[in-house]
Amino acid sequence: MMSQGLVTMSYVAASILFILSLSGLSDQETARKGNYYGMAGMAIAIIATILSDSVNSYVVLIIALMIGGFIGTKAAIKVEMTQMPELVALMHSLVGMAAILVGYANFSDSSNGLEGVEKTIHEVEIYIGIFIGAVTFSGSVIAFGKLCGKIDGKPVLLPGRHFLNLALLIATIWLGNTFLSGAEVGGGTFSLIIMTLIALAFGVHMVMAIGGADMPVVVSMLNSYSGWAAAATGFMLSNDLLIVTGALVGSSGAILSYIMCRAMNRNFLSVIAGGFGSSSGEAAAVEGDIAPIDIEETAKLLSEAKNIMIIPGYGMAVAQAQHTVNGITKLLRAKDKNVRFAIHPVAGRMPGHMNVLLAEAKVPYDIVYEMDEINEDFPNIDVSIVIGANDIVNPSALDDPNSPIAGMPVIECWKSATTIVLKRSMAAGYAGVGNPLFVHENTRMLFGDANDSMQAVLKALNT
Amino acid sequence: MKLGIPKEIHPGEKRVATTPDVAEKIIKLGFEVNIESGAGLESNFSDETYKEVGCTIRKNAKTLWKNSDIILKVRPPEIHPELAIDETQLLSKGKHLISFIWPAQNDDLMQQLAAKEATVLAMDSVPRISRSQKLDALSSMANIAGYRAVIEAAQHFGRFFTGQITAAGKVPPAKVLVIGAGVAGLAAIGAAKSMGAIVRAFDTRPEVKEQIESMDAEFLMLDFKEDGSGAGGYAKTMSKEFIEAEMALFAQQAMEVDIIITTALIPGKPAPKLITEGMLETMKPGSVVVDLAAEQGGNCALTEKNKVVVKHGVTLIGYTDLPSRLAAQSSQLYATNLRHLLTELCPNKDGIIDVNMDDEVIRGTTVIKEGKITWPPPPPTLSASPSPQTETPAVATTEVEENKSIIPEPVKQLLPLLIIGGALFSLGSVAPASFMSHFTVFVLACFIGYQVIWNVSASLHTPLMSVTNAISGIIIIGAVVQISAPGFFITLLSGLAILIASINIAGGFLVTRRMLEMFRK
Repeated sequence: MMSQGLVTMSYVAASILFILSLSGLSDQETARKGNYYGMAGMAIAIIATILSDSVNSYVVLIIALMIGGFIGTKAAIKVEMTQMPELVALMHSLVGMAAILVGYANFSDSSNGLEGVEKTIHEVEIYIGIFIGAVTFSGSVIAFGKLCGKIDGKPVLLPGRHFLNLALLIATIWLGNTFLSGAEVGGGTFSLIIMTLIALAFGVHMVMAIGGADMPVVVSMLNSYSGWAAAATGFMLSNDLLIVTGALVGSSGAILSYIMCRAMNRNFLSVIAGGFGSSSGEAAAVEGDIAPIDIEETAKLLSEAKNIMIIPGYGMAVAQAQHTVNGITKLLRAKDKNVRFAIHPVAGRMPGHMNVLLAEAKVPYDIVYEMDEINEDFPNIDVSIVIGANDIVNPSALDDPNSPIAGMPVIECWKSATTIVLKRSMAAGYAGVGNPLFVHENTRMLFGDANDSMQAVLKALNT
Repeated sequence: MKLGIPKEIHPGEKRVATTPDVAEKIIKLGFEVNIESGAGLESNFSDETYKEVGCTIRKNAKTLWKNSDIILKVRPPEIHPELAIDETQLLSKGKHLISFIWPAQNDDLMQQLAAKEATVLAMDSVPRISRSQKLDALSSMANIAGYRAVIEAAQHFGRFFTGQITAAGKVPPAKVLVIGAGVAGLAAIGAAKSMGAIVRAFDTRPEVKEQIESMDAEFLMLDFKEDGSGAGGYAKTMSKEFIEAEMALFAQQAMEVDIIITTALIPGKPAPKLITEGMLETMKPGSVVVDLAAEQGGNCALTEKNKVVVKHGVTLIGYTDLPSRLAAQSSQLYATNLRHLLTELCPNKDGIIDVNMDDEVIRGTTVIKEGKITWPPPPPTLSASPSPQTETPAVATTEVEENKSIIPEPVKQLLPLLIIGGALFSLGSVAPASFMSHFTVFVLACFIGYQVIWNVSASLHTPLMSVTNAISGIIIIGAVVQISAPGFFITLLSGLAILIASINIAGGFLVTRRMLEMFRK
């Protein structure tokens, strides 16, 4: 059994390991080490807590740990890299759920012996902890549904939704008041349950109103919430380790959300308020002719080009084309061509989604560039290939002030000598915005499933 | 339906309306193609090559016109030198003629054609919208004219275009000034630039600056604010002050440059006189001026139409048949323009054309429909640029909210700070010491998180999310410390919480490891 002092020391060690873990992720070279730091921190924290004086129900604890660990391991091994956003959203919901459960358990535990202001503060902490947990839980479940297509990705906009949100918030505060006065006399459970339901509805409503194109923001925002939920639980239990870790995760998610919003040139509040990505049929009227291209011509263009840029989007993930793309990349690089990748910060459905897919396909990461690093190079590019991307290569973001995506930084692939766009059909992108790139005079459209097309191109290049 | 391609009869005209390549594609649209014997000779296409792709060769113009429903020509109809009758007389009721017509300048011709009750489509009247770019013969011919203008200039210019340093001494590069950066002007810039000359260009429309600079030429700025953009992408007449400033610029440039290529045209007006006799005198002997506006009277005062003359030591080239001087190329492009028009006219690919007056492109191109003059067409309704669309509801609502804000800007910026400060103050005044120590830890941790996360590279954002996810499974500690509290309910809740949180921890760390293993150089 460990003394309280030893437990606290372990917590300090765990906190430091977590910070090291996050800072390790700043670079590919140190990232793996960072992950191990995180594991070590977690192991120290759990073992120290189990060995502390306050724990003695080992049977339940070990069984729960084993089952949970087993399911988690299974999921981690089985998940496809294209499904990462879904997995991450699902895991956020688990943190939210755990926060609700811990909150209720703590509320039912009357043995803390707090009095006066401390007791009130403690109850406020429980209340807030459960609220954040519930919002995280239901929001993540909806985000998960949207990401795997079980729920329609289009934003659901209820009339007067801002007032609805406001009303829910006011109801939450009012219920908080009745909860506190109820808790004084040992009651308040009812208010707490009603509040949980309201918070769940709030989470559902919030994420339902956000369009599929904003999913990177939503996922990172929920990441942030799951951190705040942990921090609130830490306050509730007077546990500094929980507070520190929760705050780390919370601010990490908040910064990611901010980066994503900046990448779309959108205000964070307007993303949360929702409604973007409503393809209500008012796509920009894009005039002009589409010039299609076939596999042989594509292969010919590629074999004649010197500088090639590949711009992947969500469509590459959907078609699972990353391996074929890597095949083509290898072949072209063997022919001494300069093949590079340009990644838009919000390509895909979560931050860094494309990088993970390309890494999975073993594309060397030193030829994968961020938009800002590479945008100036496009005039020197002979051929750029856009694979299943739309809004992130839309020139109207720069030159049409009326476009819903006006001002969003985009990959300026139309400056290259030729752009080949792989696309299933001429449908509008997730944001429902027409794309003048497709009718640009240097653009050639290669219609069909991205993976099938790329495989055919690979074959044509080989012959 | 039967298409007929007569031999062009205009003196010096070498182009032909269809090449064998294009004829083959037209036949695929379901048409039969007749061609007058020798029509393609001047463009280096023999009768045999037409025959090979399935065209019928007709001995003379008369049989050709008689056996064809649709005549494809380059030049407008005129008196046939061998038959001694006007080509319009060969056209009969119900037939179609597609060629350059210039309805504004050729009123008599229009009347004659209308009297024949034929349908006439003018390749010079194709409306300038993006959809019709592929049948815009004016642009494709202008492109050739611009290129050829540089070649003509090179032929009459006694020096290299490119600068060289040789054993026999240094050769300075030629300086070329292109006035008017339309299609022809840009083509000239491209050609001159690729031959190594220093190219400068001027245009009254400021929006072409980018296009000029994209061709790597220098755009001559006029320190004068006036926009010369007229309707349909053409230039308009400028104010007197502007023209004076412009002339001063040309006078100064004339002393410096070796070659001037002028392409300034204003639709329906005589070409503006930009190069005066005085400027020619100041030009270096041996300089060349190519005047692409010679047809409309010339941009240079002394240009003589269709001739090369030397005035004040400067060679003035006034050819108006530059595209015809590159006959094979211009026939090829013109034929492709015609083929695109036929594709538009014959959407079913069954060899039957339908002059659909509801189609904007066909409406604009048709100048006579079954004997009725339909020129000029109503102004185009579509613009080449995407029309501004209605804003999405979300954008509209946020804007309304912004407008509603009555709080002045400085207060708005300070307000969050004040609120946070107030909240912290009121919290600090009531909260017990134990809470405050936790709060300190919380705030500091937020700052550490803030500092650390900014350094994370963008490509690692997904691993970052999954690792923070795993770390937020730390909530398991909360469940662990409570599981031993008295009461079955608490144990149950805590047990569940441990279970879920451990899914998170195991799943999060392992999936992160899997991802990171994949990041390889």
